Amino acid sequence: MKGNVWIYILVMAAVTYAVRVLPLVLIRREIKNTVVRSFLYYVPYVTLAVMTFPAIMDATTSPWAGLAALVVGMILAWRGKSLFLVAVACCLTVLVLELFLV
Amino acid sequence: MEKTRGWFGRGLRDGIPVGLGYFAVALTIGITAKRAGFTAFQAMIASMTNLTSAGQFAAFSIIAAGGGYWEVAVMTLVANARYMLMSCSVSQKLDPDARFFHRFFVAQGITDELFGLAIGVPGRLDPRYSYGSTLIATAGWSLGTFFGVLMGEFLPARIVSALSVGLFGMFLAVIIPKARESRIVAALVTVSFLLSYLASRMELLAGISSGVKTIVLTVLISLAAALLFPVKDDKEAEGHEG
Repeated sequence: MKGNVWIYILVMAAVTYAVRVLPLVLIRREIKNTVVRSFLYYVPYVTLAVMTFPAIMDATTSPWAGLAALVVGMILAWRGKSLFLVAVACCLTVLVLELFLV
Repeated sequence: MEKTRGWFGRGLRDGIPVGLGYFAVALTIGITAKRAGFTAFQAMIASMTNLTSAGQFAAFSIIAAGGGYWEVAVMTLVANARYMLMSCSVSQKLDPDARFFHRFFVAQGITDELFGLAIGVPGRLDPRYSYGSTLIATAGWSLGTFFGVLMGEFLPARIVSALSVGLFGMFLAVIIPKARESRIVAALVTVSFLLSYLASRMELLAGISSGVKTIVLTVLISLAAALLFPVKDDKEAEGHEG
């Protein structure tokens, strides 16, 4: 850790709160600009995808277990399973596979 | 008075499954926080004040990699940029009779899941509904983080390794159903996976931190998508469930 932990927390909290509160307080009308709207619409999916892969393979002891968890998670999420179930299934996949792989 | 308790209670009740899910996933975020050098108490305070999975995960990863305040700020901004759109949407949904100060508190309860609940309320949103659901969700998220850090210290490496993918599972549960609905989102997810993989494995980019790569890739891919495939339908742009 390079800086002070409380300053890190303050920075994280301040930025997150600003993102949440500013539109609610300032923009009380709807955003009309199509490009801005589209950009804001795509950002969550892109950033979550970028953060997931290949990081999921680097998070586990065996990269193959991480890859398997990705596949299992994608299949279950595709079938509309809940957030909770998808997360637990990913964990179990790694737990079971690493019994053999590690 | 009766009505007051009604909305707050409904928020609490609807927030229970979210709080449970958050608790489980927060165990993972606790492990990430521990890797970044946070104590259980510090990580819990971070979760209480931030209440965001992707943002905290991104920030903790950068801190673990030796990032500074500015890097953390920019990464938090990018990881949470989607809340801006939700916040705009909540501002339309909020009961017009609610006093202005409520907006400052309702804002804290904007997460993928709580937003989904708030938008699902029939008619206008009473701020007290948000307070109920946010309270339960915050409790689950903070306590889960606290125990996650502690567990990271005591649990065998095998279990920690398994728990560390829980958060990615949650991310998948947000993006994949949307990819099923929209071919454009499906294509974007594929492109994001590919470019992210290349960026992380290319020798040429080895000196750049993963956080900066995430920011650059997110902005480039999303901007290209916004220009190539502008979302025209208002309904579609609001349909970000999580």
